[in-house]
Amino acid sequence: MSHPENATVFLKDKARAKWHDDTLWIVRQKRDVTIHQIPEWENLRELASQIKDHTLSKLDFYLEELEKNATANGIKVHWAENAEDHNQIIGKILEEKNCKTIVKSKSILTEECHLNPFLEERGIDVVDTDLGERIIQFLKQPPSHIVMPAIHLKKSDISEIFHEKLHTEKGNLDPVYLTHAARLHLREKFLQAKVAITGVNFAIAETGEFVVCTNEGNADMGVHLADTHIACMGIEKLIPRRKDLGVFLRLLARSATGQSITNYNSHFRSPSPGKELHLILVNNGRTKQLSREKFRNSLKCIRCGACMNTCPIYRRSGGFSYGSTVPGPIGSILSPGLDLKKYSTLPFASTLCGSCTDVCPVKINIHEQLYEWRQEITKAQGASLKGLSMKLANGIFTSPLAYKISGKLMRASLKTLPDSVIYNPLNVWGKGRNLPDLPAESFKDWYKKNRNRA
Amino acid sequence: MKMSSKASILAAIKGLNMKEKPLPEIPDFVVPHDLLATYTHSLNTNKGTVVSKEELEQLITETAFPKIYSSSPTFDRFTNCQLPQHPADFADLDLAIIEGQFASAENAAIWVDESNLDLRAIPFITAHLVIVIRKENIVGNMHEAYERIGLTKSGFGVFIAGPSKTADIEQSLVIGAHGAMSLRVVIL
Repeated sequence: MSHPENATVFLKDKARAKWHDDTLWIVRQKRDVTIHQIPEWENLRELASQIKDHTLSKLDFYLEELEKNATANGIKVHWAENAEDHNQIIGKILEEKNCKTIVKSKSILTEECHLNPFLEERGIDVVDTDLGERIIQFLKQPPSHIVMPAIHLKKSDISEIFHEKLHTEKGNLDPVYLTHAARLHLREKFLQAKVAITGVNFAIAETGEFVVCTNEGNADMGVHLADTHIACMGIEKLIPRRKDLGVFLRLLARSATGQSITNYNSHFRSPSPGKELHLILVNNGRTKQLSREKFRNSLKCIRCGACMNTCPIYRRSGGFSYGSTVPGPIGSILSPGLDLKKYSTLPFASTLCGSCTDVCPVKINIHEQLYEWRQEITKAQGASLKGLSMKLANGIFTSPLAYKISGKLMRASLKTLPDSVIYNPLNVWGKGRNLPDLPAESFKDWYKKNRNRA
Repeated sequence: MKMSSKASILAAIKGLNMKEKPLPEIPDFVVPHDLLATYTHSLNTNKGTVVSKEELEQLITETAFPKIYSSSPTFDRFTNCQLPQHPADFADLDLAIIEGQFASAENAAIWVDESNLDLRAIPFITAHLVIVIRKENIVGNMHEAYERIGLTKSGFGVFIAGPSKTADIEQSLVIGAHGAMSLRVVIL
């Protein structure tokens, strides 16, 4: 399904769509409030952008540094060319441990690699421990936002599914009550799990450590109670120096939710005595994106989600409308690199207003890349129906006579044409738009009447 | 033979012959004048509270927490349990008191590493957490904090800035998602 088709489904429930739009805008406003308390905000964005640009420009060097230093720290480093390799590596570790239940904190990479279905097919019970992720896991849904995975749900939805899965009181909508029920349920899982999986926010080449940020503390609850910690990262998550974290941790939470920092920012460098720590470095198309000069810097992304919260299209179409692991503006420039055909409508799911670029903490020129992808997709698709009408229009605008006649025709015909013709499925423009009332006369006619009097 | 993932990833990057871009130095930024006041404000915003030594002692006496563990020498007389072998045996820990090394005023984040933690799980698994810091160890921002950490080696280190929290249910802030349900900071 294309983005416009999916968006239509989302927009059917008007009240909920409005609520979704308003909720995300509040998050954007919170971000604005906090960043204005930091006079050096723009310097920080520029620094972050340059640090990432530098790292990407010698990514091979830093990856080898990371491997060398992490290995010296006692971390077992694995490399995965693609999603399949990534899943196999995890499958093998779990098999060796004879492990049947794992706890997992939020990791967009494992979503991208479809790790959960892979493990479930092998009889392993995967427990997502981020509250939002546990909720959508109960509902068998993917996340609709990378930072707020259950942002599309109302508390009534959550109350209902908790009543079914956790036997909470029917109709109790109190977020404190529901969160507490999830706390008790997940604590049991934490206490039993032998293996914990986490994502990675930043990996530091010089120290061979990696950092995981959460507000709930679920990543730490998982890994410190388990015997084995497996951390999964895309190869673009690297930064060179520990002190670079100062820049990125100041930017990340402020951009994401308007908090000054996440409440837990854990630095993992060596396993506890007697325990195991694995780090999987995953490519899965990233070196391909790196090879595309115009789109290279999309790999600077630190997954804060600010571009989603600000995007007028994301807010009004919901995360699921994109059909990709990473939705929103950043997803729309990353996904076509993975599958141009499947994600061909995403770069068009934008007004090109540039708000995504303005809020991006690492200064990715998102809206320009959306425009670039449109060129690529149009080239790949050849002349489309829309192309044909544009050619027609081109003929009309180049001949003054044709323009004059067609204008008269249009005014006459639009008045008499039934709506079904204007708002038919072939006319994509008519979707979600209303034609303005037609003037009785053209501007030219009006000008002749009113201005020639003088 | 199929190339190893490591070899193919590195070869793909090397094959691009990218021109190296400069790595910037991080300059010093102006920090707030009153670090203690800024710290307190930041912590309150994160739903943590600053308490005095006396207030904490009074709280412990009045609340009668069944299970208390302090690795802070200032409060170690309140410890009433043994450090377990396995962290899961601390699942019923009511109050943990630990020392923090330094704190960043801009966001209330306190640096704690393995030298402060008898078990890595303690600040997360406890129902209530107290961190003890010293006034002179409050720095302005995260850059200064990382300067203090330098390249010191610890298997695990964490910046803790507040109690465990979530807003995953309709953006309503709820304190005590999985970890500590409160954070109190004692500034000596």
